[in-house]
Amino acid sequence: MFFCIGTNMTEAHPVAATYLKNAVEKGAKLIVVDPRRQRLTDYATLFAQIKVGSDIAFLNGLMHILIKEDLYDKKFVEQNCEGFEEFKKHILKNYPPQKASEISGVSVEKIREIAHLLASIKPCLLCYTLGITEHTSGRNNVVSVANLQMLLGNMGLESAGVNPLRGQNNVQGACDMGALPNVYPGYQAVSDPKIKEKFEKAWGVTGLSDKPGLMIPAMLEALPTKEVRALYIFGENMANSEPDITHVEHCLESAQFLVCNDIFPTETTRFAHVVFPAAAWSEDDGTFTNSERRVSRVRKVSSPPGQAKPNWWIFKEIARRMGSTWDSAGGQDIWDNEISVLTPSMAGIKYARIEGDGLQWPCPTLDHPGTPFLHRDGKFSRGKGLFTVADWTPPAEIADAEYPYVLSTGRRLFHYHTRTQTGRSGLDAILPEETADISVEDAKKQGIANGDAVRVWSRRGEVTVKARVTEEVPPGMVWMAFHFRDGNANWLTNPVFDPYTQTAEYKACAVNVEKKM
Amino acid sequence: MKVTINGKRFEIPPGKTILQAAQANGIYIPTLCYHEKIGPLAKCRACAVEIKGNPNLVTACNTPVTDGMEIVTDSDRAVAAQRFVIDLALSSGNHDCIICEKSGACELQDAAYFLKFEDKDFKKGDYPPNIDDSSAFIRVDHNRCILCGRCVEACNHIVVNGVIQIIDRGFTSHIGFDNNIPMGESSCVQCGECTQVCPVGALTSKKSIGKGRAWEVEKVRTTCPYCGVGCQLELHVKNGMIVKVTGVEDGSPNKGRLCVKGRYGYDFIYSEDRLTVPLIKEKGTFREASWDEALDLVAKKFKDIIKKHGPDAIAGVSCARSTNEDSYQMQKLFRSVLKTNNIDHCART
Repeated sequence: MFFCIGTNMTEAHPVAATYLKNAVEKGAKLIVVDPRRQRLTDYATLFAQIKVGSDIAFLNGLMHILIKEDLYDKKFVEQNCEGFEEFKKHILKNYPPQKASEISGVSVEKIREIAHLLASIKPCLLCYTLGITEHTSGRNNVVSVANLQMLLGNMGLESAGVNPLRGQNNVQGACDMGALPNVYPGYQAVSDPKIKEKFEKAWGVTGLSDKPGLMIPAMLEALPTKEVRALYIFGENMANSEPDITHVEHCLESAQFLVCNDIFPTETTRFAHVVFPAAAWSEDDGTFTNSERRVSRVRKVSSPPGQAKPNWWIFKEIARRMGSTWDSAGGQDIWDNEISVLTPSMAGIKYARIEGDGLQWPCPTLDHPGTPFLHRDGKFSRGKGLFTVADWTPPAEIADAEYPYVLSTGRRLFHYHTRTQTGRSGLDAILPEETADISVEDAKKQGIANGDAVRVWSRRGEVTVKARVTEEVPPGMVWMAFHFRDGNANWLTNPVFDPYTQTAEYKACAVNVEKKM
Repeated sequence: MKVTINGKRFEIPPGKTILQAAQANGIYIPTLCYHEKIGPLAKCRACAVEIKGNPNLVTACNTPVTDGMEIVTDSDRAVAAQRFVIDLALSSGNHDCIICEKSGACELQDAAYFLKFEDKDFKKGDYPPNIDDSSAFIRVDHNRCILCGRCVEACNHIVVNGVIQIIDRGFTSHIGFDNNIPMGESSCVQCGECTQVCPVGALTSKKSIGKGRAWEVEKVRTTCPYCGVGCQLELHVKNGMIVKVTGVEDGSPNKGRLCVKGRYGYDFIYSEDRLTVPLIKEKGTFREASWDEALDLVAKKFKDIIKKHGPDAIAGVSCARSTNEDSYQMQKLFRSVLKTNNIDHCART
């Protein structure tokens, strides 16, 4: 059984979706929870069309029923978890199904039906994507899905667990490699003196900082105030992909010194003082790590054009010109002799072992087969699984008389992010422009026909795009993507962030829409 | 299990079909509709073989091997049946290998070659061109279609998109999309799974046409640069250029499956827009610079800023699209050289 919440898998992870569809064909059950009637719902046993940003209320309501009707996995909870009594008390007191129903817009009967189905089949694999994380309550949304899976005992088993589908090819890897302000590669904390010493020794330096650094939103905010003077952006088109483009561009423009590595001129490189031309995918050897923590090879088939250089070389050259000489001589050298040596969870992964299929970390030794799923036998990395109370909070900006629609954003099948790549691979032939997806009911109310030009505006900006009138979208919602500069949803999105993760609330802000005269 | 194939003795593990047993031992049996990931459809009958003691020919693709079985794949009777099927396929349609994209990787061509077709018993019909060119990335040549049914199975039961079906019966039967509308107007999502399983040149990737023959390309395995699934791709490379992408059939996690971006979104690397020279901005416009000049400028600026404002006045955003090794190097630069932990990437946005 699958429980998919906040994941538009057939468009954002199409190949993963094929396996779900295969399983459903063979009789597996599928529960889909999403504000939109997206394609996966065609295959769903049960579909709960929740209101944007109501996930925690809905999930807590489900758990209320599971606890109250004694349908949860008592043995798993007793043996492998802690914090349950307090959690139970909180849920029973604060999230009766009626309340969950009022907030989520899903009927009590439907919530109960889903709870009963969840309790009847094991294991259940839970998938989520950015529909869970891109909220001001993103961290609490994640906590809630983890609570649900612990309550059901769906942890530490094959085809179970909490499975975030990573949006980008190597977002898992970039995290694993320590491109995060608080950890070295392999999630080794910068604040741990022993870890600091280990990296000082390995890198032949002293004085590594033990103070966690800034996250992206704070970096941008620190540009106009000059707390950050120089920003180095590697391969990100932040001027299109961050919320509230007008504000982001103001921040980028304020940078005293901006350096970019990229393969194309982008809306972001316009603000740079120096741009380094970089090798692209297939022009360098390396590895990507997918959503399953599988480290797979990426191979070079041609040289970068003109004078473009591999990114690792560019960083090494800057280091050299600042007085540090590194040995690094290419992908294999960096992985085999540095990354896997310094990262215990990947110590067993070497290029020679991933010629064919990749290996899934943790893979601590050279004879370790890799780890397809975590927390085996309910043994969590922290010891016991911790039930954490998470309360529902509404999105920062909700629809009102002036802005009566909720704008939610995401990706479409035929493009990828800001289209720097897909826009140069002929995919415009299938999807040539952005649209504002609106419900049949709202279109009728507003006198908008499919394909009409509409104006969509928020407190931050305004775009004009064609309307796509569709039954996927519920009344009261406008849905858009951020693939095109013109009509990019990020002219409208709200730069408010989850307090723990600093992830922006791309999934909810208030807008208005009208037919363009 | 002990069996003989064409008089030779083989030890075959249980649970195998005759076709699998033969293939595992290097014995060719013609097939058209059989594909390993689809399993036996037993539709085309090209794999007809003889079993001693069995009055009827059997299809190798779906007949399990039993202990002591004596299989003959090359008897006159078996070969005549195989030839009959291939002959019919060759005569119904335009199988013009000289110009066909699939030449060299075509299973009909292989079968005809193996069966030494020098002449055909059936006269080829007159087939006016019947090409559906409406899809952005997939070309359908109905005259090359042998109605094996692989694409139908793949579209409906592997990628479960439910677009392709066989329309009509008899002479007019053909593959169709949705309710028999042009592929480009149908609900097809252009994942290209059908092109990957098509044994002939009926369903081909438009981008690859004329770019390289099957025998000219080197196949290089790599990982898709798009979403977090990490599909394994086979790059078909000719003279250092990617001319086609297919999924690695036995590779994890995708088992040959791809989406429209993974299969067709590769040629951005050849765009004229690529950055090829370091650029330095002067008075608001970019000018070309040497690597030495640009790198020295960045190193100097960083040093100056650190001296005046401390290491935390520099911040970096790494790339969730590039390799692990690149992200490792960037965080190493920030931590060990600039001495700041101001390094992040777009995982949170």
